[in-house]
Amino acid sequence: MSGLTPLLVEGLFPNGIAHYALGGLLIGLGTAVIYLGTGIIAGASTFLESTLSYVSDLPRFNKAKYVASRDWRVVFTLSIVAGAALYTVLFGDGWWVSDVQPWRFAVGGVLVGVGTRIGKGCTSGHGVCGVGSRSRTSLVNVATFMLVAIGVAQLLSALGVSP
Amino acid sequence: MLVVIAGGLIFGFGLAVSNMARPEVVIDFLQFDDFGLVFVMGGAAVVTGTVFALAEAFGDRAPLTGRDYGRRLKSFDKNVVVGGVVFGAGWGISGICPGAAYASLGVGNYPILIAIGGMFVGAYLQGLWRARRAESAATGTSAD
Repeated sequence: MSGLTPLLVEGLFPNGIAHYALGGLLIGLGTAVIYLGTGIIAGASTFLESTLSYVSDLPRFNKAKYVASRDWRVVFTLSIVAGAALYTVLFGDGWWVSDVQPWRFAVGGVLVGVGTRIGKGCTSGHGVCGVGSRSRTSLVNVATFMLVAIGVAQLLSALGVSP
Repeated sequence: MLVVIAGGLIFGFGLAVSNMARPEVVIDFLQFDDFGLVFVMGGAAVVTGTVFALAEAFGDRAPLTGRDYGRRLKSFDKNVVVGGVVFGAGWGISGICPGAAYASLGVGNYPILIAIGGMFVGAYLQGLWRARRAESAATGTSAD
């Protein structure tokens, strides 16, 4: 019996859990720093619409809260890029490029853009902040996107799409 | 602004540490090959949950903006589910979500620009569609 636990852990977590947990704590910490300083829940996907307000005059993108926050949301996004680059330069094992097929990025990206904006948030806004706030709206959204994503990913895998 | 930069740097750093900036890792999770992502989202939610609760209980106002530390709950309607389905399909196909996509660029994954471009197209299309729908509702020419 004593040999079962390590086997199970290795089966579920073939790459260990330490870097996942550490990364998760840091993601939460980054959100917490912004919240403590500003009282703002910083989700990552609002950037898409608030940035569109620079180039489009559709009222949807020019809501006062988007125009008021668009500058710092650009800074937030660039800081996310810089933070990831900092880790890669200091502690990573070189620049990394995905092997996932480009069509998956194109089709998936469009759906992500539509879905996060209709659903009022994404993995950070609903998944991290909303779940942290025990928001029922966010819990329903996260459960929905998680189940659909698992179904879609398993289906693609079954159809032989890899990576 | 310095707080936003510091928070963004830590956020992006964490996404790189956790490897969630790599779409392959998300896809492995969704295919049940590696459940590590549970610790990423769980770890992050534990920190935000604790800090939000403490700020609400003991804090007063955010020093930089004067906003109070109340809970900011988004209202529930059917869009929350519809959006979740569409986002879930996109996440399952691509293995990438907005925050992780920005971080992915930072670890050198330049093909992710296709996904980020796609996200802007998607966000624009839903804005356009909503504007059209609001227009037709206002003029009373809606077919339904």
